[in-house]
Amino acid sequence: MDLDVVLLSRLQFAFTVMFHYLFPPLTIGMGIVLVYLEGMYLRTREPIYETAAKFWTSIFAVNFAVGVASGIVMEFEFGTNWAVYSRFVGDVFGSALAAEGIFAFFLESGFLAVLVFGWDKVSPGFHFFSTVMVALGGIFSSIWIIVANSWQQTPAGHRIVPVLRNGKPWIVNGVAMMRAETADLWSVVFNPSTVNRLTHTLIGAFILGAFFIMSISAWYILKGRHLDFARRSFTGALLLAVLSSVAQLLSGHFNARMVARYQPAKLAAFEGHFQTGPADLHLTGIPNPEERRVDYSIAIPKGLSLLAKHDPSAPVIGLDRFRPEDWPPVRLSFLSYHIMVALGIYLIVLTLFASWLRMRGSLFDKRWLMWVFVFSVVAPFAANQLGWVAAEVGRQPWTVHPRVVTDAQGEPVLDEAGFVQYVLNEGLRTSAAISEAVRGEQVLASVVMFGLIYGVLFLVWVFVLHQKIQRGPEPVTPGAHTTREGFLRAAEDRVLHEGSLTELKEEGREESND
Amino acid sequence: MIEGFDLPAVWFVLLGLLLAGYAVLDGFDLGVGILHFFAKDDRERRIFLNAIGPIWDGNEVWLVVFGGALFAAFPMAYATLFSGLYLVFMLVLFALIFRAVSIDFRSKIHSPRWRSFWDFGFFFASFIATFLFGVGIGNMMIGVPLDDRGVFIGRFLDLLNPYALLVGALTLAMFAMHGAIYLFLKTPPGRLLVRLRSMMWHTWGIFLVLYLLTTIYTLMRIPRAVANFEHLPWAGGIVVLSVFLIANIPRSIYRRRYFIAFFSSSFMITSLVSLFGIALWPNLVTASNNPAFSLTVYDAASSEATLKTMLIFVLVGMPFVLTYTGIVYWTFRGKVEVPEEGY
Repeated sequence: MDLDVVLLSRLQFAFTVMFHYLFPPLTIGMGIVLVYLEGMYLRTREPIYETAAKFWTSIFAVNFAVGVASGIVMEFEFGTNWAVYSRFVGDVFGSALAAEGIFAFFLESGFLAVLVFGWDKVSPGFHFFSTVMVALGGIFSSIWIIVANSWQQTPAGHRIVPVLRNGKPWIVNGVAMMRAETADLWSVVFNPSTVNRLTHTLIGAFILGAFFIMSISAWYILKGRHLDFARRSFTGALLLAVLSSVAQLLSGHFNARMVARYQPAKLAAFEGHFQTGPADLHLTGIPNPEERRVDYSIAIPKGLSLLAKHDPSAPVIGLDRFRPEDWPPVRLSFLSYHIMVALGIYLIVLTLFASWLRMRGSLFDKRWLMWVFVFSVVAPFAANQLGWVAAEVGRQPWTVHPRVVTDAQGEPVLDEAGFVQYVLNEGLRTSAAISEAVRGEQVLASVVMFGLIYGVLFLVWVFVLHQKIQRGPEPVTPGAHTTREGFLRAAEDRVLHEGSLTELKEEGREESND
Repeated sequence: MIEGFDLPAVWFVLLGLLLAGYAVLDGFDLGVGILHFFAKDDRERRIFLNAIGPIWDGNEVWLVVFGGALFAAFPMAYATLFSGLYLVFMLVLFALIFRAVSIDFRSKIHSPRWRSFWDFGFFFASFIATFLFGVGIGNMMIGVPLDDRGVFIGRFLDLLNPYALLVGALTLAMFAMHGAIYLFLKTPPGRLLVRLRSMMWHTWGIFLVLYLLTTIYTLMRIPRAVANFEHLPWAGGIVVLSVFLIANIPRSIYRRRYFIAFFSSSFMITSLVSLFGIALWPNLVTASNNPAFSLTVYDAASSEATLKTMLIFVLVGMPFVLTYTGIVYWTFRGKVEVPEEGY
């Protein structure tokens, strides 16, 4: 059997990373809310904040646990499936991953234990500190991952040099093996797309975290349960959501301009722009790469030129300036990008409308709108995923995107055949990046296994969340909380730590009720 | 390289420390998972799980950071090892995920059959992950076939050779023993504690037998494993130390100094990881077919500048890591409590 190792490896990476990426943005976004709730509790000492913090922490922990379980895979998958890539970029890309581990993972996982199991063992002040550390850990983690991925998109700060063996270039079949090495760390970290993409990713995470909380809160409001708790949670999350949604529009605009400059083929694929020249902005449509046009299109004339170049008559490079083998998959890039943008607009309209109602005081009486919010959490989930699909599919056919040769004005230089020129030795094609030692059947086997085990993991997640939401937050009992004097003093008390990071703690209580 | 530090060598040692950190920390919670099979009733099983509840997740981070550090410092070895041992590492990953699912899932439905399914899953996943780690280490000791570019050219079944299987068994016994001592420290007085005492003895005995077998096999079949002893006089000291530590475990158990037994076990694991490093040096991946194809630390390393930057990251980051790891273990120290009612 002759299986396509490239295709299978790509499918496996896409599946495992998309599954994984359901969770990190959720925990990053919720982390901000947890910090806010615990901070408010420390300041006001109102028990409702403590109740809320405890409830959302237990939900946070479930999301975090699934994120960690699926995240271990990502650390090793470059080596297992993308060995050629790993050899080529390890010096640069591997460093960012290692830095993530050292600066973020230990911080998150260590203090998460205090967050989940430490309510009665450490002082509220130290618990708050732990929450801040976990939230920071999530953000640190995203910084390094975005640095690594942005370097793949817009490499900078490196040089391509021969690999040495015994101090001499490593020659195989007369060809020296080459790789990328860090020349200037700060240029790697702040490569042309890092800041824009990090901002976009973090805001996406804040929106998801906020919508996740609004979804559950809206459900409580509809069921008439935990009303005070649910309304406060909803209002806080709505504030975060409306600010983030509007900010995301701006951030998206800056990202598109950055892509236009550094990855013109990607932008052309996003926009279905086939012919170089002033470009329309397609609001709808399905690209037809064979005919080089967009079917079913409703477009704003010259809209893309205006957005990307701030000049309606400025020419935008189209796909006609690229060799066919250098085209990204146009349909998938276009659709994922456009649906993401549409979802973003929907979130802006929805949160603005809800904020207006909230200010008038009638938000929580609109049952239909609460139902809309229960289900709208799907939209930011999808938008986060589609944004990554657009970013990664749009980068194809490269795993490391080669630099575009530009003139003094920053405009791409064309070769004799009229195509945009790349610095080819700096790039790496996806089809050349896979592991030579791995056979198709092996990848097929691992794809099937990942499918099965992630299926189970997803069911666990849904099931555990459902249980926790059904049970709801603990009833508020004013004055029940005893303040501890200090963390060390508290730690001297006898230790009661039941269960795992997620759930077992409640087990004893339930069973004694049986 | 000549002036100042031999950075690839420094990173070789650092990776050894990360691997040892992982083996010591996740070693005991994997061991708890293996012993979980021998728990008699639900209360015992919950003591097992609660003993590792807050910390197993953090222990696994050591593995993730080991992977990241290997990628950054020795990308050639990272690529060769993980693609070469593809199915072994995939199975390890599945086992680790399945283990996490089992821990989180077992208590969700109150049916004995449901619970025993996930209990078995927890045991089985811990068992498989531990065994395959050992198989991986065994293959690195014995070497794998590589081509002139450092790409693995063997077959999966060749990885399940007798030596690798023996090291797999040794790792199982070692983690089981380590886990038994840890559990003994965490278990409140009762029948379980008495049984754990005999478990400590049994797992130590099995470990000792497998340790001797592995040592004999290594000395007979892998001459390069001891080649470095000729010019590293202190290496012999580590062998002596490891033997002393192995002997100190039963001595401490007998004298009821259980913390000392646990520390002996921890340092013993560290000393075995050191011996593994000495056996490998200067290779990271030994080619079994042609010594010239082996990937040495110098062939496999990233640039000097990157190794230096990463070293700074480690020097800045690790003190914090050790501090909050310490805080977490201190916070959750002491015996586990499990409510008695209802059983």
